[in-house]
Amino acid sequence: MQAPAAAQQEWLPLRRDGLHDPKGPAIGQLQEPRDALSRLAPDTTGNLVRWVEALEKGQIAPREKLRPQTTVRELDKDILLNLSGGMPIVRFPHLAHTRWLDCDNCHDHLFKAQAGANKFSMFAILQGEQCGVCHGAVSFPLTECYRCHSVVRPGQGRSVAGTPAPPPAAGGGGR
Amino acid sequence: MKPPRRLLGTLLAAALAAGAALPARGEYADVVLNRRAEKEGVRPVVFPHWFHRIRFRCKVCHQELGFRMRVGTNDFRMADIIDGKFCGACHNNDVAWGPERCDLCHSGKPGLPTGIYGGHETNGPGRW
Repeated sequence: MQAPAAAQQEWLPLRRDGLHDPKGPAIGQLQEPRDALSRLAPDTTGNLVRWVEALEKGQIAPREKLRPQTTVRELDKDILLNLSGGMPIVRFPHLAHTRWLDCDNCHDHLFKAQAGANKFSMFAILQGEQCGVCHGAVSFPLTECYRCHSVVRPGQGRSVAGTPAPPPAAGGGGR
Repeated sequence: MKPPRRLLGTLLAAALAAGAALPARGEYADVVLNRRAEKEGVRPVVFPHWFHRIRFRCKVCHQELGFRMRVGTNDFRMADIIDGKFCGACHNNDVAWGPERCDLCHSGKPGLPTGIYGGHETNGPGRW
């Protein structure tokens, strides 16, 4: 009956999610995804929640630290990436990322802390390296190309934010 | 037209009745931990990222508590949790339920392999 894994439109109840033991005592005690997630900024993919927006709107207030001595670090600095590729330019917002993560989660074992010093590869990302450590696993998935490739290049017309640019007129659609 | 449809219905009903393997789908970013659980006689752990990120930023577990971002690379035992490490930093009857409530975390279906679930699209943290 259930459509296979593809297009998820709703949160599955725990007893039918294929992970929880429907006969186990946890069912009925654990919070159901729907109860929590249906109140948050909606999305069309992943958890069906725009997590950054939910945080910014104050719909959730996740703790920043457990230990009093921990320094909470945030950085408000955008980095532009993929400056010469065929896709729109990537705008990487440090702020949205450091609201959730600490600098050490990415620097320097994933990325050198110097703009231009990192070589990015969609192949690596799709295999779970670089941005793909999180994107495609816990943060919004890699189907959402234009959320990262969000800055249209001059002459690279795009009508509505979030929709793909029309393919180039003459052949070679590129990536 | 009629017989095939009825046949199909019957098959579907039979499949459902047999509890025909719900695909192990879970919610996006659910993690199953079963390196030791079943060998030790308890259900696998289902860790829901969605539940925890409503309450904690990623950095709390992945920076302060030292959880590495690859499923299977965090090799800890119940003794560590009882000592207040890893999950035990919160699951201590203070912030969240304590380690004696086995069934609330060890809530997975028997036989599930360790991994990340929920329609993820990279091998990302699911890779060993």
